[in-house]
Amino acid sequence: MSDILNLSIIYSTIRLAAPLLLAAMGGLFSERSGVVNIALEGLMLAGAFTSASVTHYAGSPWLGLLAGVAAGVFIAFIHAVACIHFEADQVVTGTAINILMLGVPTLLSGALFQTTGSTPQIPQSNLIPNAPIVIAFLLVPSVWYMLYRTPFGLRLRAVGENPEAADTAGVSVSRVRYLAVLTSGALAAIGGAYLSIGQSSLFTRNMTAGRGYIALAALIFGKWRPVQTMLACLLFGFAEAASIQMQGVTPYIRVEYIQIIPYVLTMVVLAGFIGASRAPKALGQPYKKR
Amino acid sequence: MKYLRHLALPLIAVLAAFIAGGIVVLLIGDDPVYTYRLLIGSALSWPDGIGYTLFYATPLIFTGLAVAVGFRCGLFNIGAEGQLTIAALATAWIGFTFSNLSAWMLVPLACAAAILAGAVWAAIPGVLKARFGSHEVINTIMMNFIAAGVTSALTQSYFKDPGDLILQTHSIAAAAHIPRLGRFIPGMPERIPTNIAFLLAIAACVLVYVFLWKTRWGYEIRATGANPKAAEYGGISVRRQIMLAMVVSGGLAGLVAVNEVMGYRYRYYQGFSPQYGFTGIAVALLGRNHPAGVLVAAIFFGALTRGGLFVDIFTENVSKDLVLVLQALVILFVAAEALFRGARAS
Repeated sequence: MSDILNLSIIYSTIRLAAPLLLAAMGGLFSERSGVVNIALEGLMLAGAFTSASVTHYAGSPWLGLLAGVAAGVFIAFIHAVACIHFEADQVVTGTAINILMLGVPTLLSGALFQTTGSTPQIPQSNLIPNAPIVIAFLLVPSVWYMLYRTPFGLRLRAVGENPEAADTAGVSVSRVRYLAVLTSGALAAIGGAYLSIGQSSLFTRNMTAGRGYIALAALIFGKWRPVQTMLACLLFGFAEAASIQMQGVTPYIRVEYIQIIPYVLTMVVLAGFIGASRAPKALGQPYKKR
Repeated sequence: MKYLRHLALPLIAVLAAFIAGGIVVLLIGDDPVYTYRLLIGSALSWPDGIGYTLFYATPLIFTGLAVAVGFRCGLFNIGAEGQLTIAALATAWIGFTFSNLSAWMLVPLACAAAILAGAVWAAIPGVLKARFGSHEVINTIMMNFIAAGVTSALTQSYFKDPGDLILQTHSIAAAAHIPRLGRFIPGMPERIPTNIAFLLAIAACVLVYVFLWKTRWGYEIRATGANPKAAEYGGISVRRQIMLAMVVSGGLAGLVAVNEVMGYRYRYYQGFSPQYGFTGIAVALLGRNHPAGVLVAAIFFGALTRGGLFVDIFTENVSKDLVLVLQALVILFVAAEALFRGARAS
């Protein structure tokens, strides 16, 4: 093992963890407010597709990123309206959004670019630099501060733990939840955009390949706390980086076994073997104002 | 009247989804009426349209039932995908390992492997839920990823034909093949892969109905789903019902392997399932978690899958992914049923 190898695995760990971290921080907002966000996968896809398409047309990755965020917020709005206003089952709605976002980009790319689910290549000069990585890791202290040191953070936690009490104290439960879910759309979309116009140079069908679900797992692994969630994302990113580096290096261990370690660990953590992982109390429950 | 009410919501949801989908088609620059006529019409032709519709419906009946049984117990089994993946590999393994057995032995053995593998894969999140209270949604999603990894690794390491570039196992023995319906139905050629797994799926609908509504276990599962606290006070072991519901759910999902491995591909093939497990969620919701509803909804989605292929070819811009969009919209509209009641939440 040379130093170069070690350095490169650290760098790729950070690169691979960044989109997970962005989506997981988005999920943190939503879930801390009491709305399950299994839709992170679909929100990432919305961001990835929209930013690649707009970058292709506009020639500016920043405009693309902005458009991707707008798309993520829009799709998150559908989730929010269904879950908050119509009191739909949050997991069911999230699943629907994920299926929707599997179909919509492919449908649109057929119409826009005459392809079966991918956008045209974006020239190297029009790719976004490593800004999303910086955003992702700067988010962690900011979210921590927001959550534990600001009035909004207090309201967010209150709404997720005990909406009745928050309501009695004059907090609009639905407004906080809307804001939280829309934020999750924006952040997850940046994560998705980084995949299509940062790490790669086009959108391909289902390019997130389950990263939204993994981000959700990282959030649970991190016990719904910002710093722990970041560490979980780094661990998951490391597992991916290691399995990429090991591809073909060791014929004895199949890379799949390394790839599944994070999933197994998540289940172990969820079962409470490594300290109790407690979800926000009102997670998944629609709030009926009395 | 009661039945009419049960029918109304799914029908309205489908209608709303088609209207919203039609708008999408219009925006893309195609004619919605032409597209929908193509979608439905091509699924109803004889024998190919109907044959393939029933073939595509078969796995969806199994996964729809799997999700429905979970829902009836208050559980959301998102893991049907992983359960059927593991089941397919187990079924194929039996099929190519015990190749010297006669069909009378091998077919039941392979079917049992399908049920057992699916049940075991579902039992793991079941135990974790019953024992530690960890949420089945996350665990079943994790089990999906683990299933994909394990099947890929095992196939690559042990079960591939030497030199095969495709990630698939050896072929199963001919004795493990189940007959296609074309052999018994005049006018249906045997090239259409609809096989007796479809009849098995109908039988499964009947059995699930009897199980849920005519047995004590089924009653206890439904009581747990309706109100776990009340069920516990009533002397029902909620933990046991959770386990039972997950195992039955996983076993049903596993039966997809009978259709895919024993009736169609005659081997395990990595990535064979176009998300049957997730479509099963749409099927169960549209079918109101009732076996009869699941059957109808699965055939409906089977028809859309069949029709989608023609939409892909014969329209200017619309691809078969329109079907995915319609599925998602149906789920959304069924989930947000308050939308159609004029109910206001806040």
